[in-house]
This record gives sequence, structure tokens and C-alpha cells, in this order.
Amino acid sequence: MAVKFDKKREGVYSLDCTGYVCPHPQIYTKKMLEKIKKGDILEVTFDNPSSSESISAMCNAIGNEIIEKKADGGKFIYTIRKAA
Amino acid sequence: MENAANKKKIWALVITGFFGMISILTFAYNNLYIYLSAYLWFGFIYGMCLQYGRFCFASAFRDLFAVGVPRMVVGIMIATLLFAFVSSFVTATGFSTFHPSPSGIHSAIAGLIFGVGMVFAGGCASGSLYKTGEGNGVAFLVVLSISITQSSFADIGGWMNKLVPQSWHESAIAKKLPEVINAGDGWLDQYLAGYVWNHPTVTFAKMAGLKNESLSGAFLGNFLLGVLLPALLLLVVVYFIWVRKNVIRDMSKAGVKSIGLREHRTGFWGMILSSKRTAIAGLILGIACGLQMFVIEGLRIKLGIRNAGEILTLLGFDSGISIRGTVFDPGYWYVTTQEAQWVGWVMHKLGWNNMDNIFFGYINGIPNPALNPADWMSLALIGGAAVMALISNEFKFKKPTMELAVWAIIGGFLMGIGSRLGLGCNIGAFFVRVANGDRGGWLFGIGMIGGAYIGVKFFNWWTERQMAKEMAGLEL
Repeated sequence: MAVKFDKKREGVYSLDCTGYVCPHPQIYTKKMLEKIKKGDILEVTFDNPSSSESISAMCNAIGNEIIEKKADGGKFIYTIRKAA
Repeated sequence: MENAANKKKIWALVITGFFGMISILTFAYNNLYIYLSAYLWFGFIYGMCLQYGRFCFASAFRDLFAVGVPRMVVGIMIATLLFAFVSSFVTATGFSTFHPSPSGIHSAIAGLIFGVGMVFAGGCASGSLYKTGEGNGVAFLVVLSISITQSSFADIGGWMNKLVPQSWHESAIAKKLPEVINAGDGWLDQYLAGYVWNHPTVTFAKMAGLKNESLSGAFLGNFLLGVLLPALLLLVVVYFIWVRKNVIRDMSKAGVKSIGLREHRTGFWGMILSSKRTAIAGLILGIACGLQMFVIEGLRIKLGIRNAGEILTLLGFDSGISIRGTVFDPGYWYVTTQEAQWVGWVMHKLGWNNMDNIFFGYINGIPNPALNPADWMSLALIGGAAVMALISNEFKFKKPTMELAVWAIIGGFLMGIGSRLGLGCNIGAFFVRVANGDRGGWLFGIGMIGGAYIGVKFFNWWTERQMAKEMAGLEL
């Protein structure tokens, strides 16, 4: 199992870090956000609770907006819009 | 879905009830067990706090260097300040269980090795314990790797004796330890008796010319000089390097024309309060850590003992006790020594004579894990974290993948080595020592920061490589 990157449609990307522990989800999220264009959307899936705090804080610091946060049964899905 | 969440809450209740029953039944059997239960419930509190605040020392500097997030540095400093304040009170009243350790350049080197290891492993020693409670198989593998590495490292001689400087060997022999310990054989024995023990124990109170156990020594020396000022300095540095630019950006966007000291003061407080979960966890952890020293010392006085080895002897268990009649009984939060004891005990049962060294045979012993107070603390820590994860519906069994298993084993190995060289981990060698004014705590911490930086540099290279492979063909 490896980290999965995908393009769902134009301007919308997904990153699946399920099964990965710190610091993988936050580092991959940061790097992916650096690669996509301003205003694009990134949907990050992970199941490492401590990454939730780090990803939220990172987005807040950089200025990216977390549009939606879903959490259930230890699985998290964050939808992030890269700052324009 | 709701049904699954309810089941998890029932499990949380079962785990809590299980620990409660242990305390009640053992106390009913013999009131001396209250000493072990005290360790147990502090461990339980630590586990709950760590999980609630996602409190991991590894993430403090790793996330700062890797993704520019300061929340954990802030959380750790809050916990350290609170712990230090309560500790100062406990020390001044003569109830402290803390003893400073010999410190020197070895503390920083040990911290460096430990720091690289915690980044590779994805969690520090305490972080891996609480994540085990979340059902994380990778974290469990890290704990296992730390444990096996330490217990083996504590007893390995043979070819490793050739790596010991002659001066260490001679100095270790000159300590005239009991013959059964054989201090001239084994790398770690000669490192401890021939090198580390020759270093001074230094507290900030001592450096300021004050008595450690006095009110002025505890509060002015150890707390003010040893914790408050360095912690504030560290936070200000973090603010200026990582947070200040974001504050300027946000305030400029909000139309603030002139950004001066007042605005930066607001930004600094914003940094402190950016993660309420972490700050609250730090607050409770800090107070609980100080209280544990007070409670354990109080129990020692009440029960008329100085070390848990006496309790085990009184209870009729005399196996695995060190030659001095002691077992590992720190009197405060500790993680790695009891992990070494778990595996050490199994190895001993399998026929490995590992009681002829300083770490096990002379100081810590290898008591049965079911009677080891520090073990009760660590197992309850895992339990407390599990309870919190179950309540918040975050508990999930996760099998390690091959890639993560390799990281866990390498990281755990490095943390195991770093812990033995530094006489503790991020808790025993850093958190507890810094909070109690021991110079060695900051030296270990400086090394740990350097190690985290190196670990992050390596991880950045690794993730870039993985991304290039996995994203081949993906149009951005």
C-alpha cells in the first residue's frame, strides 16, 4: 500500500494517506498543496488522528481554507482549497 | 455507524473498569499495592491527555521544520512550565523524587540520535505508547523496537568491548562495583561507570549558587532561570522565524496599516492559543506530572519505604530485584526503562543472564512486569489513550505496512540507543529534567532538535522520491 494521488476532475485532486502515520499525511499534504494551482481543491484522506491537528494548523498558517472536515471511525477526510 | 460508536464507548467503560478492579482487588489483598495503583492512575491520566492533545514530542520540532506548525512546541512548553512550577513547590517542600543526572556532551549526542529516531518512527517514546492505545500497529512496533534495542544494548559486551576507550575501562573498574556486576565488561557498563558517572550533576539552582531544595533555589534557580526564561526565549524564536510572517500577512489582509509591538503581542498569544486541545492537554499533563512526585513521595513516607524493591520483597516477590535491593521506581513519569525491562524479563526467563550489568543488575532490576510499578504506569497509559480514542470514536486497529514497519524498526532502534546513552527519552531525559532544573535536560533537548532537523531533511528527500514515483503520469 502506498500513498495514492489522483486527479478527480479539473482543479480537484485527491490524496489518500490511509494507513500512514506521522509525519507522512502532513508532509504529503504540504507537498501536494505546493504542486497544485491556486484555488484548486485537494481532498485528503487519512486515519492518523494526530495529523488532523497538524494539517489544520498548517492550512491555517499558510492561509489555505479547509472547506470541509469529515471524521468517522478513525478516518478523516479534509477538503482544502489552496489560497488564491 | 452510531451502533459502532456506542460499542466503542462500552469498551472504554470496560477498560476503565478493568483498571479500577485491579486497584480495588489488589488493595483488598494487600494495602501495599496502593503504591503500584498510584503509578497506574497517573499513567492513565497521561494516556488520556496525550491522546486528547495529540501530544507527541516528535511532532514538536518535526512539524515545525517540515510543515511550519508550532502547536506542539507551544504545548510542550506549557506542560513544562506547569510541571516546573509544581515541581518547584514539591522540591521546596522536600517531597521531590527527582535526582539530577550527570550531564555533558553525551546528553546532546544522545538527544541527536533520539531525535533522528523519533522522526523516522513517526512518534517519540511517549507518543508511540499513546498511539499504541489508538490501535496503531506501527506505534506498537516502535515500542517493541525500543524495548528490544535497549535490553540488548544494556548487556552487550564481546566485540563491543573493543570499542570502549581504555580510560573508560580503567575508570569503570576503579568504581569497585560488586564483582557480580562485572563493570569492566559490556559497552554500556563501561560508558556509564567509566564515563557518564565522572560528569557532574548540575542544576540551574546550583549554577546560581543556590541550594536546590530551598525556596529560592527551586523557584529562582530551577524555575525562573532553568525553565521560564529559556522557554520564553524558545517561543519568541519560534514566533519570529515561523509565525511572524503569517501574522503580518493576515493583519495586512485585514487592513491593519502599521504592525508594531502590540500587534505582534496579539500574534504571539494567537500562537499560544492556536491549538486549544494541545494547550489544555499540556496544562493538565504539567500539573499531573508534578503531583505524581508529591503523591509517590507521600506514599513512600506513609509506607516507610524508599524504593518499590522493598514493597516487592514485603509482598514475597524477591526475583528480579537488583543487587542493591532496588527496582526501577522513578517517582515520576518515565517511559523507556520499563520498556527495556519488559523484554529484559522475557530474555532472562529464556535463559539470558542479563543481571550482570549496571542497568539491570545494579540499578533497575528486572521484576515481573505484573509487579513492576513503572510497567503499571505505561500499561495504564496505553489504556488511558485507548479510552480517550474510543470515546472520541478515533480508535482504529491499523496493521503496519512493510514501508512503515521498516521506519518503525529503524526509528525505534535509534530511540533505544539514544535513550540508554542519554539516561532517558523525551520524557525522562528531556521533559522531567528540564522541568526540574537539570542542565542535562536542555542539552538532550538541543540534541533532539538537531536530530529532528536531520530526520526531516531525510524525510523530505524520501517523500519527494515517493511522490515522483507515485505521481508519474498525473497531470497537475
